[in-house]
Amino acid sequence: MNTKQLKQKIAFSIFGTMSFIVVAILFIILGFIVIRGFGAISWEFLTEMPKDGMTKGGIFPAIVGTGCLVLGSMIFAFPIGVLSGIYINEYLVESWLKKFLRMMTNNLAGVPSIVFGLFGMALFVNYLSFGDSIIAGSMTLGLLALPVVIRLTEEALKTVDDNLRLGSYALGATKIQTIQKVVLPVAFPNIMTGLILSIGRVSGETAPILFTVAAYFLPRLPHSLSDQVMALPYHLYVLATSGTNMEESRPMAYGTALVLVSIVLIINVSASLLRRRIQKKNKMN
Amino acid sequence: MTQAEAKNVNVWYDDFQALKDISMTFEPNTVTALIGPSGCGKSTFLRLFNRMNDLIPLFRMEGLVTVNGQNVYSKGVRLDEMRKKVGMVFQKPNPFPKSIFENVAYGLRVNGINNKKEIQETVERSLKQAALWDEVKDSLKKSAMDLSGGQQQRLCIARALAVQPKLILMDEPASALDPISTNRIEELIFELKKDYTIIIVTHNLQQAGRISDSTAFFYLGELIEYNLTKKIFLNPDNERTQNYITGRFG
Repeated sequence: MNTKQLKQKIAFSIFGTMSFIVVAILFIILGFIVIRGFGAISWEFLTEMPKDGMTKGGIFPAIVGTGCLVLGSMIFAFPIGVLSGIYINEYLVESWLKKFLRMMTNNLAGVPSIVFGLFGMALFVNYLSFGDSIIAGSMTLGLLALPVVIRLTEEALKTVDDNLRLGSYALGATKIQTIQKVVLPVAFPNIMTGLILSIGRVSGETAPILFTVAAYFLPRLPHSLSDQVMALPYHLYVLATSGTNMEESRPMAYGTALVLVSIVLIINVSASLLRRRIQKKNKMN
Repeated sequence: MTQAEAKNVNVWYDDFQALKDISMTFEPNTVTALIGPSGCGKSTFLRLFNRMNDLIPLFRMEGLVTVNGQNVYSKGVRLDEMRKKVGMVFQKPNPFPKSIFENVAYGLRVNGINNKKEIQETVERSLKQAALWDEVKDSLKKSAMDLSGGQQQRLCIARALAVQPKLILMDEPASALDPISTNRIEELIFELKKDYTIIIVTHNLQQAGRISDSTAFFYLGELIEYNLTKKIFLNPDNERTQNYITGRFG
Protein backbone atom coordinates (compact mmCIF):
# COMPACT_ATOMS: atom_id res chain seq x y z
CA MET A 1 0.00 0.00 0.00
CA ASN A 2 1.48 3.37 -0.94
CA THR A 3 1.32 6.49 1.25
CA LYS A 4 -1.44 8.04 -0.86
CA GLN A 5 -3.75 5.10 -0.25
CA LEU A 6 -2.76 4.98 3.38
CA LYS A 7 -3.56 8.67 3.85
CA GLN A 8 -6.91 8.05 2.21
CA LYS A 9 -7.65 5.14 4.53
CA ILE A 10 -6.71 7.11 7.63
CA ALA A 11 -8.79 10.10 6.56
CA PHE A 12 -11.89 8.01 5.94
CA SER A 13 -11.53 6.12 9.19
CA ILE A 14 -11.43 9.43 11.06
CA PHE A 15 -14.55 10.70 9.24
CA GLY A 16 -16.28 7.40 9.88
CA THR A 17 -15.42 7.38 13.57
CA MET A 18 -16.67 10.93 14.00
CA SER A 19 -20.05 10.24 12.48
CA PHE A 20 -20.29 7.04 14.51
CA ILE A 21 -19.61 9.06 17.67
CA VAL A 22 -22.50 11.40 16.79
CA VAL A 23 -24.91 8.50 16.45
CA ALA A 24 -23.52 6.90 19.61
CA ILE A 25 -24.11 10.07 21.62
CA LEU A 26 -27.74 10.14 20.51
CA PHE A 27 -28.23 6.51 21.50
CA ILE A 28 -26.49 6.96 24.84
CA ILE A 29 -28.77 9.90 25.69
CA LEU A 30 -31.88 8.01 24.59
CA GLY A 31 -30.79 4.83 26.37
CA PHE A 32 -30.00 6.71 29.56
CA ILE A 33 -33.42 8.36 29.59
CA VAL A 34 -35.29 5.18 28.69
CA ILE A 35 -33.52 3.11 31.39
CA ARG A 36 -34.01 5.70 34.13
CA GLY A 37 -37.44 6.86 33.04
CA PHE A 38 -39.19 3.73 31.88
CA GLY A 39 -39.97 2.60 35.41
CA ALA A 40 -41.93 5.78 36.06
CA ILE A 41 -44.15 5.40 33.00
CA SER A 42 -47.61 4.07 33.73
CA TRP A 43 -51.15 4.86 32.77
CA GLU A 44 -51.48 6.79 36.01
CA PHE A 45 -48.32 8.80 35.24
CA LEU A 46 -49.73 9.90 31.89
CA THR A 47 -53.27 10.68 32.98
CA GLU A 48 -53.21 11.96 36.55
CA MET A 49 -52.40 15.14 38.40
CA PRO A 50 -49.11 15.35 40.32
CA LYS A 51 -49.47 14.95 44.07
CA ASP A 52 -47.49 14.66 47.32
CA GLY A 53 -45.13 17.48 46.46
CA MET A 54 -44.72 16.20 42.88
CA THR A 55 -43.15 12.96 44.09
CA LYS A 56 -46.23 10.90 43.20
CA GLY A 57 -49.06 11.02 40.71
CA GLY A 58 -48.69 11.98 37.08
CA ILE A 59 -47.83 14.73 34.66
CA PHE A 60 -51.15 15.03 32.83
CA PRO A 61 -51.50 18.81 33.23
CA ALA A 62 -47.96 19.32 31.88
CA ILE A 63 -48.77 17.19 28.81
CA VAL A 64 -51.97 19.14 28.21
CA GLY A 65 -50.15 22.41 28.85
CA THR A 66 -47.42 21.65 26.32
CA GLY A 67 -50.12 20.62 23.84
CA CYS A 68 -51.92 23.95 24.30
CA LEU A 69 -48.70 25.94 23.93
CA VAL A 70 -47.60 24.10 20.80
CA LEU A 71 -51.03 24.51 19.22
CA GLY A 72 -51.20 28.19 20.17
CA SER A 73 -47.72 28.97 18.92
CA MET A 74 -48.42 27.30 15.60
CA ILE A 75 -51.68 29.18 15.08
CA PHE A 76 -49.60 32.29 15.56
CA ALA A 77 -46.46 31.32 13.65
CA PHE A 78 -47.73 29.29 10.67
CA PRO A 79 -49.70 31.94 8.78
CA ILE A 80 -47.17 34.70 9.36
CA GLY A 81 -44.20 32.45 8.63
CA VAL A 82 -45.60 30.74 5.55
CA LEU A 83 -46.85 33.97 4.02
CA SER A 84 -43.50 35.68 4.65
CA GLY A 85 -41.69 32.75 3.11
CA ILE A 86 -43.92 32.97 0.02
CA TYR A 87 -43.31 36.69 -0.21
CA ILE A 88 -39.54 36.36 0.06
CA ASN A 89 -39.21 33.49 -2.40
CA GLU A 90 -41.96 34.21 -4.93
CA TYR A 91 -42.36 37.96 -5.00
CA LEU A 92 -38.99 39.48 -4.25
CA VAL A 93 -36.39 39.57 -7.01
CA GLU A 94 -32.75 39.30 -5.98
CA SER A 95 -32.14 42.68 -4.42
CA TRP A 96 -30.84 44.34 -1.28
CA LEU A 97 -34.31 43.98 0.25
CA LYS A 98 -34.34 40.22 -0.22
CA LYS A 99 -30.83 39.90 1.17
CA PHE A 100 -31.78 42.13 4.08
CA LEU A 101 -34.90 40.09 4.89
CA ARG A 102 -32.93 36.83 4.69
CA MET A 103 -30.22 38.19 6.93
CA MET A 104 -32.72 39.44 9.48
CA THR A 105 -34.57 36.11 9.48
CA ASN A 106 -31.28 34.34 10.13
CA ASN A 107 -30.43 36.76 12.90
CA LEU A 108 -33.84 36.22 14.47
CA ALA A 109 -33.14 32.48 14.44
CA GLY A 110 -29.88 33.14 16.24
CA VAL A 111 -31.39 35.07 19.13
CA PRO A 112 -31.03 32.99 22.33
CA SER A 113 -34.34 31.58 23.50
CA ILE A 114 -34.05 33.17 26.94
CA VAL A 115 -34.02 36.56 25.20
CA PHE A 116 -37.28 35.63 23.48
CA GLY A 117 -38.59 34.77 26.93
CA LEU A 118 -37.59 38.13 28.34
CA PHE A 119 -39.06 39.95 25.34
CA GLY A 120 -42.28 37.96 25.59
CA MET A 121 -42.58 38.89 29.24
CA ALA A 122 -42.01 42.58 28.50
CA LEU A 123 -44.37 42.74 25.52
CA PHE A 124 -47.14 40.20 26.06
CA VAL A 125 -47.20 39.73 29.82
CA ASN A 126 -46.59 43.29 30.95
CA TYR A 127 -47.13 45.82 28.16
CA LEU A 128 -50.14 44.13 26.59
CA SER A 129 -51.14 42.92 30.07
CA PHE A 130 -51.94 39.37 29.04
CA GLY A 131 -50.34 38.29 32.32
CA ASP A 132 -48.73 34.87 32.70
CA SER A 133 -51.03 33.06 30.31
CA ILE A 134 -51.32 30.53 27.49
CA ILE A 135 -51.73 33.37 25.03
CA ALA A 136 -48.53 35.12 26.16
CA GLY A 137 -46.55 31.85 26.19
CA SER A 138 -47.89 30.74 22.82
CA MET A 139 -47.02 34.03 21.17
CA THR A 140 -43.53 33.99 22.64
CA LEU A 141 -42.98 30.43 21.40
CA GLY A 142 -44.49 31.49 18.07
CA LEU A 143 -41.90 34.24 17.73
CA LEU A 144 -39.20 31.68 18.34
CA ALA A 145 -40.63 29.37 15.67
CA LEU A 146 -41.14 32.15 13.13
CA PRO A 147 -37.65 32.24 11.55
CA VAL A 148 -37.63 28.44 11.32
CA VAL A 149 -41.01 28.39 9.59
CA ILE A 150 -40.01 31.18 7.17
CA ARG A 151 -36.76 29.47 6.33
CA LEU A 152 -38.28 26.04 5.76
CA THR A 153 -41.10 27.50 3.66
CA GLU A 154 -38.54 29.29 1.53
CA GLU A 155 -36.50 26.12 1.11
CA ALA A 156 -39.61 24.15 0.16
CA LEU A 157 -40.57 26.73 -2.47
CA LYS A 158 -37.05 26.78 -3.87
CA THR A 159 -37.30 23.09 -4.75
CA VAL A 160 -40.24 23.77 -7.10
CA ASP A 161 -38.98 23.57 -10.69
CA ASP A 162 -39.02 26.99 -12.36
CA ASN A 163 -40.25 25.38 -15.56
CA LEU A 164 -43.60 24.79 -13.86
CA ARG A 165 -43.91 28.48 -13.05
CA LEU A 166 -42.99 29.43 -16.61
CA GLY A 167 -45.45 26.91 -18.00
CA SER A 168 -48.19 28.46 -15.91
CA TYR A 169 -47.34 32.03 -16.91
CA ALA A 170 -47.24 31.03 -20.56
CA LEU A 171 -50.88 29.92 -20.30
CA GLY A 172 -51.92 33.36 -19.13
CA ALA A 173 -51.96 32.65 -15.41
CA THR A 174 -51.18 35.52 -13.08
CA LYS A 175 -48.58 35.27 -10.37
CA ILE A 176 -51.08 34.63 -7.59
CA GLN A 177 -52.80 31.92 -9.67
CA THR A 178 -49.45 30.31 -10.37
CA ILE A 179 -48.58 30.28 -6.69
CA GLN A 180 -51.99 28.97 -5.65
CA LYS A 181 -52.52 26.33 -8.29
CA VAL A 182 -49.03 25.13 -9.14
CA VAL A 183 -46.31 26.21 -6.72
CA LEU A 184 -48.04 25.60 -3.39
CA PRO A 185 -49.49 22.17 -4.22
CA VAL A 186 -46.03 21.02 -5.32
CA ALA A 187 -44.28 22.52 -2.31
CA PHE A 188 -46.97 21.42 0.14
CA PRO A 189 -45.37 18.16 1.41
CA ASN A 190 -42.09 19.93 2.12
CA ILE A 191 -43.80 22.88 3.78
CA MET A 192 -45.81 20.48 5.94
CA THR A 193 -42.67 18.67 7.00
CA GLY A 194 -41.04 21.95 7.89
CA LEU A 195 -44.01 22.96 9.98
CA ILE A 196 -44.08 19.69 11.86
CA LEU A 197 -40.35 19.86 12.52
CA SER A 198 -40.76 23.34 13.95
CA ILE A 199 -43.43 21.92 16.28
CA GLY A 200 -40.84 19.47 17.55
CA ARG A 201 -38.46 22.33 18.14
CA VAL A 202 -41.02 24.44 20.00
CA SER A 203 -42.38 21.70 22.23
CA GLY A 204 -39.05 21.25 24.00
CA GLU A 205 -38.28 24.91 24.69
CA THR A 206 -38.12 26.00 28.32
CA ALA A 207 -36.70 29.50 28.38
CA PRO A 208 -39.44 31.27 26.37
CA ILE A 209 -42.21 29.92 28.61
CA LEU A 210 -40.35 30.48 31.87
CA PHE A 211 -41.53 34.07 32.40
CA THR A 212 -44.62 34.00 30.24
CA VAL A 213 -46.84 31.05 31.13
CA ALA A 214 -45.26 28.13 32.94
CA ALA A 215 -46.61 27.23 36.37
CA TYR A 216 -44.50 25.59 39.06
CA PHE A 217 -47.37 23.50 40.34
CA LEU A 218 -50.92 23.75 39.03
CA PRO A 219 -52.74 20.45 39.32
CA ARG A 220 -55.71 21.31 37.13
CA LEU A 221 -56.42 21.75 33.44
CA PRO A 222 -56.59 25.24 31.92
CA HIS A 223 -60.02 26.80 31.42
CA SER A 224 -59.15 29.71 29.15
CA LEU A 225 -56.34 31.29 27.18
CA SER A 226 -55.48 33.55 30.07
CA ASP A 227 -54.75 30.62 32.39
CA GLN A 228 -51.27 29.55 33.36
CA VAL A 229 -50.32 25.96 32.62
CA MET A 230 -47.66 23.48 33.55
CA ALA A 231 -45.48 22.41 30.64
CA LEU A 232 -43.26 19.36 30.14
CA PRO A 233 -39.86 21.03 29.74
CA TYR A 234 -40.40 23.40 32.66
CA HIS A 235 -41.83 20.62 34.80
CA LEU A 236 -38.70 18.64 34.12
CA TYR A 237 -36.59 21.61 35.15
CA VAL A 238 -38.58 21.98 38.37
CA LEU A 239 -38.36 18.30 39.25
CA ALA A 240 -34.63 18.24 38.63
CA THR A 241 -33.64 21.45 40.40
CA SER A 242 -36.26 22.84 42.72
CA GLY A 243 -38.76 20.19 43.75
CA THR A 244 -39.84 19.78 47.34
CA ASN A 245 -38.05 16.47 47.64
CA MET A 246 -35.60 16.07 44.82
CA GLU A 247 -34.39 12.61 45.71
CA GLU A 248 -37.89 11.21 45.62
CA SER A 249 -38.99 13.08 42.54
CA ARG A 250 -35.99 11.97 40.48
CA PRO A 251 -37.79 9.02 38.80
CA MET A 252 -40.62 11.42 37.93
CA ALA A 253 -38.08 13.72 36.29
CA TYR A 254 -36.71 10.94 34.09
CA GLY A 255 -40.24 9.82 33.29
CA THR A 256 -41.08 13.37 32.21
CA ALA A 257 -37.93 13.52 30.08
CA LEU A 258 -38.87 10.25 28.42
CA VAL A 259 -42.37 11.51 27.61
CA LEU A 260 -41.00 14.75 26.20
CA VAL A 261 -38.39 13.03 24.06
CA SER A 262 -40.98 10.49 22.84
CA ILE A 263 -43.36 13.26 21.81
CA VAL A 264 -40.66 15.05 19.81
CA LEU A 265 -39.57 11.77 18.26
CA ILE A 266 -43.11 10.82 17.30
CA ILE A 267 -43.65 14.25 15.76
CA ASN A 268 -40.47 13.98 13.68
CA VAL A 269 -41.19 10.48 12.48
CA SER A 270 -44.77 11.35 11.56
CA ALA A 271 -43.43 14.34 9.61
CA SER A 272 -41.37 12.14 7.34
CA LEU A 273 -44.17 9.57 7.03
CA LEU A 274 -46.63 12.27 6.09
CA ARG A 275 -44.29 13.69 3.50
CA ARG A 276 -43.72 10.32 1.92
CA ARG A 277 -47.44 9.72 1.74
CA ILE A 278 -48.26 13.03 0.13
CA GLN A 279 -45.38 12.68 -2.28
CA LYS A 280 -46.63 9.31 -3.34
CA LYS A 281 -50.08 10.75 -3.86
CA ASN A 282 -48.72 13.64 -5.91
CA LYS A 283 -46.39 11.40 -7.93
CA MET A 284 -43.65 13.95 -7.72
CA ASN A 285 -40.91 11.68 -8.98
CA MET B 1 -52.18 39.66 -42.60
CA THR B 2 -48.92 39.13 -40.82
CA GLN B 3 -49.27 36.97 -37.72
CA ALA B 4 -46.30 38.29 -35.84
CA GLU B 5 -43.62 40.82 -36.45
CA ALA B 6 -40.40 42.10 -34.94
CA LYS B 7 -39.08 45.44 -36.11
CA ASN B 8 -35.62 46.79 -35.28
CA VAL B 9 -35.48 44.86 -32.04
CA ASN B 10 -32.50 45.26 -29.73
CA VAL B 11 -32.22 43.36 -26.45
CA TRP B 12 -29.78 43.74 -23.60
CA TYR B 13 -29.16 41.75 -20.44
CA ASP B 14 -27.50 44.35 -18.28
CA ASP B 15 -24.75 45.62 -20.61
CA PHE B 16 -24.59 42.51 -22.81
CA GLN B 17 -26.40 42.99 -26.09
CA ALA B 18 -28.21 39.73 -26.85
CA LEU B 19 -30.05 40.80 -30.01
CA LYS B 20 -28.94 43.38 -32.56
CA ASP B 21 -31.46 45.17 -34.73
CA ILE B 22 -33.60 42.18 -35.67
CA SER B 23 -36.51 42.57 -38.06
CA MET B 24 -38.63 39.60 -39.11
CA THR B 25 -42.21 38.91 -40.11
CA PHE B 26 -44.14 35.68 -39.69
CA GLU B 27 -47.00 34.77 -42.03
CA PRO B 28 -50.05 32.85 -40.82
CA ASN B 29 -50.04 29.06 -41.10
CA THR B 30 -46.32 28.74 -41.54
CA VAL B 31 -43.59 27.07 -39.54
CA THR B 32 -40.45 29.12 -39.05
CA ALA B 33 -37.32 27.54 -37.66
CA LEU B 34 -34.78 29.60 -35.74
CA ILE B 35 -31.34 28.02 -35.92
CA GLY B 36 -27.88 28.98 -34.78
CA PRO B 37 -25.21 28.00 -32.27
CA SER B 38 -25.92 28.13 -28.51
CA GLY B 39 -26.00 31.64 -27.14
CA CYS B 40 -26.82 33.24 -30.51
CA GLY B 41 -30.00 34.83 -29.19
CA LYS B 42 -32.61 32.63 -30.86
CA SER B 43 -34.33 31.64 -27.59
CA THR B 44 -34.25 35.24 -26.39
CA PHE B 45 -35.87 36.25 -29.67
CA LEU B 46 -38.56 33.56 -29.35
CA ARG B 47 -39.44 34.68 -25.84
CA LEU B 48 -40.05 38.26 -26.96
CA PHE B 49 -43.40 37.22 -28.39
CA ASN B 50 -44.93 36.23 -25.05
CA ARG B 51 -42.74 38.48 -22.92
CA MET B 52 -41.17 35.61 -21.03
CA ASN B 53 -37.93 37.60 -20.95
CA ASP B 54 -39.59 40.08 -18.62
CA LEU B 55 -38.99 37.60 -15.81
CA ILE B 56 -35.24 37.87 -16.22
CA PRO B 57 -33.68 40.64 -14.13
CA LEU B 58 -31.87 43.38 -16.06
CA PHE B 59 -33.67 42.54 -19.33
CA ARG B 60 -34.11 45.59 -21.55
CA MET B 61 -35.46 45.88 -25.10
CA GLU B 62 -36.02 48.45 -27.80
CA GLY B 63 -38.04 48.14 -30.96
CA LEU B 64 -41.46 46.87 -31.91
CA VAL B 65 -42.89 43.37 -31.40
CA THR B 66 -46.41 42.69 -32.56
CA VAL B 67 -48.71 39.67 -32.38
CA ASN B 68 -51.98 39.81 -34.34
CA GLY B 69 -51.11 43.41 -35.14
CA GLN B 70 -50.91 44.42 -31.49
CA ASN B 71 -47.78 45.79 -29.92
CA VAL B 72 -47.10 43.38 -27.07
CA TYR B 73 -44.74 45.79 -25.33
CA SER B 74 -47.01 48.84 -25.33
CA LYS B 75 -47.93 50.27 -21.96
CA GLY B 76 -51.18 48.96 -20.52
CA VAL B 77 -50.81 45.50 -22.03
CA ARG B 78 -51.87 42.95 -19.44
CA LEU B 79 -49.34 40.15 -19.43
CA ASP B 80 -51.86 37.43 -18.59
CA GLU B 81 -54.25 38.54 -21.34
CA MET B 82 -51.45 38.79 -23.85
CA ARG B 83 -49.79 35.47 -22.98
CA LYS B 84 -52.88 33.38 -23.50
CA LYS B 85 -52.93 34.49 -27.13
CA VAL B 86 -49.48 32.98 -27.58
CA GLY B 87 -48.88 29.33 -26.76
CA MET B 88 -45.50 28.10 -25.62
CA VAL B 89 -43.91 24.67 -25.51
CA PHE B 90 -40.70 24.32 -23.55
CA GLN B 91 -37.56 22.28 -24.04
CA LYS B 92 -38.18 19.97 -21.13
CA PRO B 93 -41.75 18.68 -20.88
CA ASN B 94 -43.21 20.53 -17.90
CA PRO B 95 -46.65 19.09 -17.16
CA PHE B 96 -48.11 20.17 -13.82
CA PRO B 97 -48.28 17.43 -11.18
CA LYS B 98 -52.02 17.17 -11.72
CA SER B 99 -54.25 14.85 -13.70
CA ILE B 100 -54.06 14.75 -17.49
CA PHE B 101 -57.46 16.42 -17.67
CA GLU B 102 -56.54 19.20 -15.26
CA ASN B 103 -53.33 19.93 -17.15
CA VAL B 104 -55.24 20.72 -20.30
CA ALA B 105 -58.02 22.51 -18.41
CA TYR B 106 -55.53 24.68 -16.52
CA GLY B 107 -55.32 27.47 -19.09
CA LEU B 108 -59.11 27.67 -19.24
CA ARG B 109 -59.55 27.76 -15.50
CA VAL B 110 -56.97 30.47 -14.89
CA ASN B 111 -58.65 32.53 -17.59
CA GLY B 112 -61.96 32.38 -15.79
CA ILE B 113 -63.75 29.69 -17.80
CA ASN B 114 -65.74 27.48 -15.46
CA ASN B 115 -68.41 26.00 -17.70
CA LYS B 116 -68.02 22.26 -17.19
CA LYS B 117 -69.24 21.26 -20.63
CA GLU B 118 -67.08 23.84 -22.37
CA ILE B 119 -64.00 22.69 -20.47
CA GLN B 120 -64.71 19.05 -21.24
CA GLU B 121 -65.14 19.73 -24.94
CA THR B 122 -62.03 21.87 -25.12
CA VAL B 123 -59.92 19.28 -23.31
CA GLU B 124 -61.06 16.57 -25.70
CA ARG B 125 -60.55 18.72 -28.77
CA SER B 126 -57.09 19.85 -27.64
CA LEU B 127 -55.94 16.32 -26.84
CA LYS B 128 -57.18 15.18 -30.25
CA GLN B 129 -55.34 18.02 -31.96
CA ALA B 130 -52.19 17.09 -30.09
CA ALA B 131 -52.59 13.45 -31.22
CA LEU B 132 -52.74 12.23 -27.64
CA TRP B 133 -56.46 11.54 -27.21
CA ASP B 134 -56.43 7.89 -28.23
CA GLU B 135 -53.67 7.09 -25.77
CA VAL B 136 -55.18 8.83 -22.75
CA LYS B 137 -58.94 8.97 -23.26
CA ASP B 138 -59.49 6.21 -20.69
CA SER B 139 -57.10 7.63 -18.12
CA LEU B 140 -57.82 11.35 -18.04
CA LYS B 141 -57.91 11.25 -14.25
CA LYS B 142 -54.45 9.73 -14.00
CA SER B 143 -51.47 11.84 -13.06
CA ALA B 144 -49.68 13.48 -15.98
CA MET B 145 -46.44 12.43 -14.33
CA ASP B 146 -47.17 8.81 -15.28
CA LEU B 147 -46.95 9.57 -19.00
CA SER B 148 -43.80 8.98 -21.02
CA GLY B 149 -41.61 11.94 -21.96
CA GLY B 150 -43.02 12.10 -25.47
CA GLN B 151 -46.59 11.90 -24.22
CA GLN B 152 -45.86 14.58 -21.66
CA GLN B 153 -44.61 16.89 -24.38
CA ARG B 154 -47.74 16.28 -26.48
CA LEU B 155 -49.76 16.98 -23.34
CA CYS B 156 -47.95 20.29 -23.00
CA ILE B 157 -48.82 21.04 -26.61
CA ALA B 158 -52.47 20.17 -25.93
CA ARG B 159 -52.35 22.41 -22.89
CA ALA B 160 -51.12 25.29 -25.01
CA LEU B 161 -53.75 24.66 -27.71
CA ALA B 162 -56.59 24.70 -25.19
CA VAL B 163 -56.47 28.48 -24.77
CA GLN B 164 -56.75 28.85 -28.56
CA PRO B 165 -53.68 30.90 -29.35
CA LYS B 166 -52.90 31.92 -32.91
CA LEU B 167 -49.16 31.81 -32.49
CA ILE B 168 -47.25 28.93 -30.90
CA LEU B 169 -43.67 29.25 -29.74
CA MET B 170 -41.62 26.09 -29.39
CA ASP B 171 -38.24 26.11 -27.70
CA GLU B 172 -36.44 22.94 -28.79
CA PRO B 173 -39.58 20.89 -28.08
CA ALA B 174 -38.05 17.57 -29.09
CA SER B 175 -34.50 17.87 -27.82
CA ALA B 176 -35.23 15.86 -24.66
CA LEU B 177 -37.09 13.10 -26.51
CA ASP B 178 -36.20 9.81 -28.17
CA PRO B 179 -36.29 9.54 -32.00
CA ILE B 180 -39.76 7.98 -32.18
CA SER B 181 -41.29 10.60 -29.92
CA THR B 182 -39.44 13.27 -31.87
CA ASN B 183 -40.93 11.95 -35.07
CA ARG B 184 -44.43 12.16 -33.61
CA ILE B 185 -43.88 15.75 -32.50
CA GLU B 186 -42.66 16.66 -35.97
CA GLU B 187 -45.71 15.09 -37.61
CA LEU B 188 -47.83 16.97 -35.14
CA ILE B 189 -46.19 20.30 -35.96
CA PHE B 190 -46.93 19.65 -39.60
CA GLU B 191 -50.61 19.03 -38.78
CA LEU B 192 -50.87 22.07 -36.52
CA LYS B 193 -49.67 24.36 -39.28
CA LYS B 194 -53.16 24.22 -40.79
CA ASP B 195 -54.57 26.18 -37.87
CA TYR B 196 -51.63 27.87 -36.23
CA THR B 197 -48.50 29.87 -36.87
CA ILE B 198 -45.46 28.22 -35.35
CA ILE B 199 -42.02 29.55 -34.51
CA ILE B 200 -39.63 26.84 -33.41
CA VAL B 201 -36.12 27.02 -32.03
CA THR B 202 -34.12 23.93 -32.86
CA HIS B 203 -30.55 22.70 -32.74
CA ASN B 204 -31.43 19.87 -35.05
CA LEU B 205 -30.80 21.06 -38.58
CA GLN B 206 -32.44 18.05 -40.21
CA GLN B 207 -35.49 18.79 -38.14
CA ALA B 208 -35.51 22.41 -39.32
CA GLY B 209 -35.20 21.13 -42.87
CA ARG B 210 -38.05 18.64 -42.46
CA ILE B 211 -40.70 20.74 -40.78
CA SER B 212 -40.20 24.42 -41.54
CA ASP B 213 -41.27 26.64 -44.40
CA SER B 214 -38.80 29.36 -43.57
CA THR B 215 -35.56 29.31 -41.62
CA ALA B 216 -33.70 32.10 -39.86
CA PHE B 217 -30.05 31.78 -39.00
CA PHE B 218 -28.90 33.69 -35.93
CA TYR B 219 -25.29 34.29 -35.01
CA LEU B 220 -23.94 36.35 -32.09
CA GLY B 221 -27.20 38.22 -31.66
CA GLU B 222 -27.58 39.06 -35.33
CA LEU B 223 -30.02 37.75 -37.88
CA ILE B 224 -27.63 36.57 -40.59
CA GLU B 225 -30.11 35.20 -43.06
CA TYR B 226 -33.87 34.65 -43.19
CA ASN B 227 -35.37 32.93 -46.18
CA LEU B 228 -37.34 29.94 -47.39
CA THR B 229 -35.97 26.78 -45.82
CA LYS B 230 -35.16 25.26 -49.18
CA LYS B 231 -33.13 28.26 -50.15
CA ILE B 232 -31.29 28.36 -46.81
CA PHE B 233 -30.34 24.71 -46.96
CA LEU B 234 -29.57 24.40 -50.66
CA ASN B 235 -28.21 27.74 -51.65
CA PRO B 236 -27.71 30.22 -48.83
CA ASP B 237 -26.65 33.77 -49.68
CA ASN B 238 -24.34 34.18 -46.73
CA GLU B 239 -21.11 32.33 -46.24
CA ARG B 240 -21.59 31.99 -42.50
CA THR B 241 -24.96 30.35 -43.07
CA GLN B 242 -23.32 27.99 -45.52
CA ASN B 243 -20.62 27.13 -42.98
CA TYR B 244 -23.14 26.50 -40.21
CA ILE B 245 -25.44 24.38 -42.37
CA THR B 246 -22.56 22.23 -43.51
CA GLY B 247 -21.28 21.83 -39.97
CA ARG B 248 -18.06 23.75 -40.32
CA PHE B 249 -18.77 25.63 -37.08
CA GLY B 250 -21.45 25.82 -34.45
